[in-house]
Amino acid sequence: MRIRHLTILLVVASVLLSACTPSQPTNKILISGPFEPVNNDPASTGYMFTRMQILETLIDVDNQGQLIPGLASSWSNDEDFTVWTFNLRPDVYFHDGTLMTADAVYKSLSVAFGKPTPFSKDMIANMEVVSEYSIKFTLNQSYRPFPSLLSNYATAIVAPATFGKFNRIKTLIGTGPYQITHFDPPHNITTTRFDNYWGEPAVIENVEYVTGHRSETRALMVRTGQADIVYNLDPAAVSMLRTDSNVNVFSDRIPRTTLVKLNSGHPILSDVKVRQALSLAIDRKGIASGVMRISNISADQLFGPNIRDWHIRSTTDNATNTISMSDADNNPTINNSVENGDLLLNRKKAAQLLTDAGWLVGEDGVRYKDGSPLTLDMITYANRPELITIATAIQDQWASIGVKLSVHMENVSAIPSGHADGTLQTALMARNFANIPDPLGIMLADFSSKEGGDWGPMNWQNEKVFSDLKTLSHTTDEHAYKSLISSIMQEVQQDVPLIPVLYYVQQTATSSRLRNFSFDPYERSFRVSQMRIAP
Amino acid sequence: MRKILLQRLLQAVLMAWSVGTLTFIITRSLPGDMAYKIAAGRYGDDAVSTSAANAVAEELGLHRSAFEQYVSWMTDLASLELGNSLVTGAPIVVELQNQLSYTLVLAGLAILVSALIAFPLGIYSGIRCARKSENTPKSRASLFDKTALVFSTFVRSQPVFCLGLILIFIFALELNWLPVAGSSGFVYTILPVMTLGLSLAAISNRVIRNSTVNAVQSGYFHFAKIKGLSALEAFRCHALPNVVIPALAFMGIQLIGLIEGVIMIESLFAWPGIGHGLSHAVFARDITMLQGTALLMGTLFVLVNTLVDLSQYALDPRVRENLGHSQ
Repeated sequence: MRIRHLTILLVVASVLLSACTPSQPTNKILISGPFEPVNNDPASTGYMFTRMQILETLIDVDNQGQLIPGLASSWSNDEDFTVWTFNLRPDVYFHDGTLMTADAVYKSLSVAFGKPTPFSKDMIANMEVVSEYSIKFTLNQSYRPFPSLLSNYATAIVAPATFGKFNRIKTLIGTGPYQITHFDPPHNITTTRFDNYWGEPAVIENVEYVTGHRSETRALMVRTGQADIVYNLDPAAVSMLRTDSNVNVFSDRIPRTTLVKLNSGHPILSDVKVRQALSLAIDRKGIASGVMRISNISADQLFGPNIRDWHIRSTTDNATNTISMSDADNNPTINNSVENGDLLLNRKKAAQLLTDAGWLVGEDGVRYKDGSPLTLDMITYANRPELITIATAIQDQWASIGVKLSVHMENVSAIPSGHADGTLQTALMARNFANIPDPLGIMLADFSSKEGGDWGPMNWQNEKVFSDLKTLSHTTDEHAYKSLISSIMQEVQQDVPLIPVLYYVQQTATSSRLRNFSFDPYERSFRVSQMRIAP
Repeated sequence: MRKILLQRLLQAVLMAWSVGTLTFIITRSLPGDMAYKIAAGRYGDDAVSTSAANAVAEELGLHRSAFEQYVSWMTDLASLELGNSLVTGAPIVVELQNQLSYTLVLAGLAILVSALIAFPLGIYSGIRCARKSENTPKSRASLFDKTALVFSTFVRSQPVFCLGLILIFIFALELNWLPVAGSSGFVYTILPVMTLGLSLAAISNRVIRNSTVNAVQSGYFHFAKIKGLSALEAFRCHALPNVVIPALAFMGIQLIGLIEGVIMIESLFAWPGIGHGLSHAVFARDITMLQGTALLMGTLFVLVNTLVDLSQYALDPRVRENLGHSQ
């Protein structure tokens, strides 16, 4: 009798639970990633609102990093790149139904420039409304990559009604193909299609973003069909998902490079031979396959092959792999004159360089010079879990040439903080080059003075590069421009102010019902408006 | 009862001062520049820079002396003003309200599930064990009791994170009955609640089982049966209150631990609760959030203890008698 009752109870419970089975709505998709939208301020969370296609910027970026029209249909500049005029699209409506005019853009950018941005705003001398659909910027000095700054999420355009008292964000009102219906920071953004969108209307009606803190959770979400797109998967999750026929896995190179930042003013690291030796002692292929489980991501230079003009072609560029790469062969500015092989593993040469620099191996296997050991500190951070493993691999590889490295796990802010107070020796970091899509902007900020940049060189001095970069900022002749780039990158390559280790790969998985998925290598948009759900 | 409430109120005031002061001292003793850490939490890894840190320091008055900042915080606390989160900019009260509501749902349901599993299992195991020992004193444990022990040990030996993954594999991946993660409906609570409930029940059923054995083998229980009560009546009237009292105290402690320690479960199931919020506040050096959360945790600790004390006061005549004598 008891067994019978128990069986009935189990059957009823099973039926009830089956009824809970999440069915997949045909007009909605769910996206999950580790990104946490902490508030509704574009200065801090704008990257999520642009990815969700709620906010848009004046300038957009294509897959090759080239600037394309966004909310500005065209732009022009004077001869020395100090006066910039942006013509706005006349048919853009905000989500509250108001028209986007130059006055609205002026208000939005005025507030944005009053907050921290990934670029210096000191260069902007004046901003003025020229006409109803035109806005003009006057800069303090020539700055050729200025339009690329207006592609940054912090400069996304919001409606005047967004702001309340003291310009605080009241309700986020953008121009994108989706508008917010529910926002529960830092875990959930729900959007619905904006029917009055100026561009091609979105096909999928509703989109929900759920923060999935752990890679394994996100992998299971897409595997069970709960999520349609999941971002930032770790190698173990990718291996599991590749075996599932209901899931598509994408591995795409993004403009982010894992680098070792060096304090070139440090007594040990001020010698270029030491910096070169440290670079030559790193087994990039081993780290790529052993830690990241991906081949062909060894970084032999600062910018990866998907950053046109600034990447110098190397023998590894043409290798075929599962990674979707940019078309390096079409890059018109590729220069073959630099010996990229010099940056690959060569421990014998590394040891010789250290010996030439006066660092001799002691009885304990560590090198010494004038009685002082060759010891260095490296800081790295936990937000990107692979960094600590890579750091310990480098620790072991440098030990093989007699360098004693201590690795310290810190908060990410320890890197700019250590740069500012001069205490940093070396740091392993993942440098994002997508924030300012024109590499010239990054180079001018980080490589044009001895101060360097928070995420760039430190106490590095190369007058030729400094001077060439200043020239580059106002060069109008395209041939001369590309020639200067080549010269600068050769100098940077030889002088090793930073040690490139790996190019970054973004691992994404989608459910099989999703069509037209494409990955934005600049991570500006999830591109949901172009996607559709299979019937 | 008034004495209990007054004692707890005094404890709450002392707790608020000590927690506030300790959090203040600890957060300022941590290595690293506070402005940079807050800037990293606020603007993200890629946008943290010296200029962002300078702007943060200027905005939050971090250049002021530690004493000035402490006095300012204690003054705000005295007027129940917890300030805004340094990272999100939202009022701490609103943030805590939001996070706590999620955690309380999870913790409350988990305790309920735990009680639904632990009480029947513990009481039945205890009764079977007691009966068995009456018949064959050498072997105290029945097969049911042994099975319950093995099951409890297995569940408890799993880190709660692993238990959650096992349940996900069974109910989400294999059976596809439940969603893996999220928080937008009742169905999303089932897996995290089951995970926590099972984990809690694994211990509490053993506490209840031992209390039951002690009660059923006690003299007052036997006396109740001798004076003519049926076994069921004797158990309900004389044994059950003595089983419930220690179980209640134990589950009260479990509830506090649960509210404070659900971080792994919240992380695994993408549940936006207070544990997850606290861990982020620690990493981002969101001091106001840390202070607010610590204060809330402390208050909850006092509150739950008060509720347990009051329940014991209501259930246990010995407590009432003791308090009566001391008054």
